[in-house]
Amino acid sequence: MSKYKSIILDPVFNNNPIARQILGICSALAVTSKLETSIVMSLAVIFVITFSNLSVSLIRKHIPGSVRILVEMTIIASLVIIADQFIKAFAYDVSKQLSVYVGLIITNCIIMGRAEACALKTPPKLSVLDGLGNGLGYSFILIFVGFFRELIGSGKLLGFSVLPLQTEGGWYIPNGLFLLAPSAFILIGLFIWIIRVWKPEQVEED
Amino acid sequence: MSADSTKKTIIVALGVCIVCSIFVSAAAVSLRGIQEENKKLDKLKNILEAADLLTDVKRIKEIYSENIQTEIITLKTGEAVLEEKFDEILNIENFDIKKMTGTPKYTTTLSQSRDLAKIKKIPTHMPVYMVKKDNKIEKVILPIYGKGLWSTMYGFIAIDKDIKTVKGFTFYEHGETPGLGGEIDNPRWKASWKGKKLYDKEGKLKIEVIKGLVDPSNPKAIHQIDGLSGSTLTTRGVDQTVKFWLGEDGYKTFIERLKKES
Repeated sequence: MSKYKSIILDPVFNNNPIARQILGICSALAVTSKLETSIVMSLAVIFVITFSNLSVSLIRKHIPGSVRILVEMTIIASLVIIADQFIKAFAYDVSKQLSVYVGLIITNCIIMGRAEACALKTPPKLSVLDGLGNGLGYSFILIFVGFFRELIGSGKLLGFSVLPLQTEGGWYIPNGLFLLAPSAFILIGLFIWIIRVWKPEQVEED
Repeated sequence: MSADSTKKTIIVALGVCIVCSIFVSAAAVSLRGIQEENKKLDKLKNILEAADLLTDVKRIKEIYSENIQTEIITLKTGEAVLEEKFDEILNIENFDIKKMTGTPKYTTTLSQSRDLAKIKKIPTHMPVYMVKKDNKIEKVILPIYGKGLWSTMYGFIAIDKDIKTVKGFTFYEHGETPGLGGEIDNPRWKASWKGKKLYDKEGKLKIEVIKGLVDPSNPKAIHQIDGLSGSTLTTRGVDQTVKFWLGEDGYKTFIERLKKES
């Protein structure tokens, strides 16, 4: 039991794909200006990575080495299109804000990386858990960043006013920097710092 | 059969492609209805947004039917088309610009020199949306569209009852670069259109999107809108689109009719 637990939880804290491996930064900057878009993006990535790991793992013994990457890409791309179609149908406003970034999940190195590093060699059950874990690790950071960017940048959470803005008669003057992409760098940097203070074994030696 | 033989490679590649394409097309086909519905609702939402009436996103349809009156006008004359002339393509409920320009009898082809918005042909009739109070026009919302950098941008411009002042501006469909040209969706930029005057004292069309920031001390500032940085071509497209649709081939006749009526 603890083995499964560690497969899921390891990529969240100990070996987080964004904080430890510094993968998938592009979308983490682009879609996190609001909590809502971060959550939808996270769900889409969890869906894609779990099912891509499952499908690749199921046919792993039949995938010829020469077209390995192509097969993985086809599976990932199809899953991304399906996720995109669902978001367009059930969260139209969010899909407009996410625009191309849902499509860009295809190029998210975390997903390709897990298919290559894990699903190709591991049985389906463990692959699914690994995909889920890495998806959660990615989501954890996205939601962390989205939470602070929306709170500090516009004084809201999920569109509800939390810190009353001065322009609407409150006291809070929003920090516009947090609506821009560079703030995500600052927050991810802080996050990596916090996690390395907590787990010093992650600090690289010079 | 080893996994690496040529035969196996082709079989696996083919199999993966077929299975994937079945899933993708199943998702696309089964969800299309809901997506179309979303698109229609989004269009209504944008009309309300341009008219500054979007008070409750959950009641879009109700607010729309309570406030907005639609007319289909003939662009050449500016007059409303009578209901008995409506047919399958020309009607209020299912008006679609793309369907109109796909039907030769409802299409005007533009010569290159007149085609500011770079759209080659336009419908002969367009819908106009009006907000009325005691039978007098409060606001009128005009659909506009034109080429940006990558895509055709579809939107609305709302004009106040003085038939001079912009009341709202929004695009509901475009494919410009997110973060650059895509900033035409930026609420702050859209809000900067509000209160701008379309015409000068002589009644000449003066509205323009300039490159860079508007200098408020410039007497022309009342007609000018900031360009978006990093998206010169999208901005130019917006500028030309607005000029085209308010000009002679666009709503000029209709605007003159409104002036007379008021």
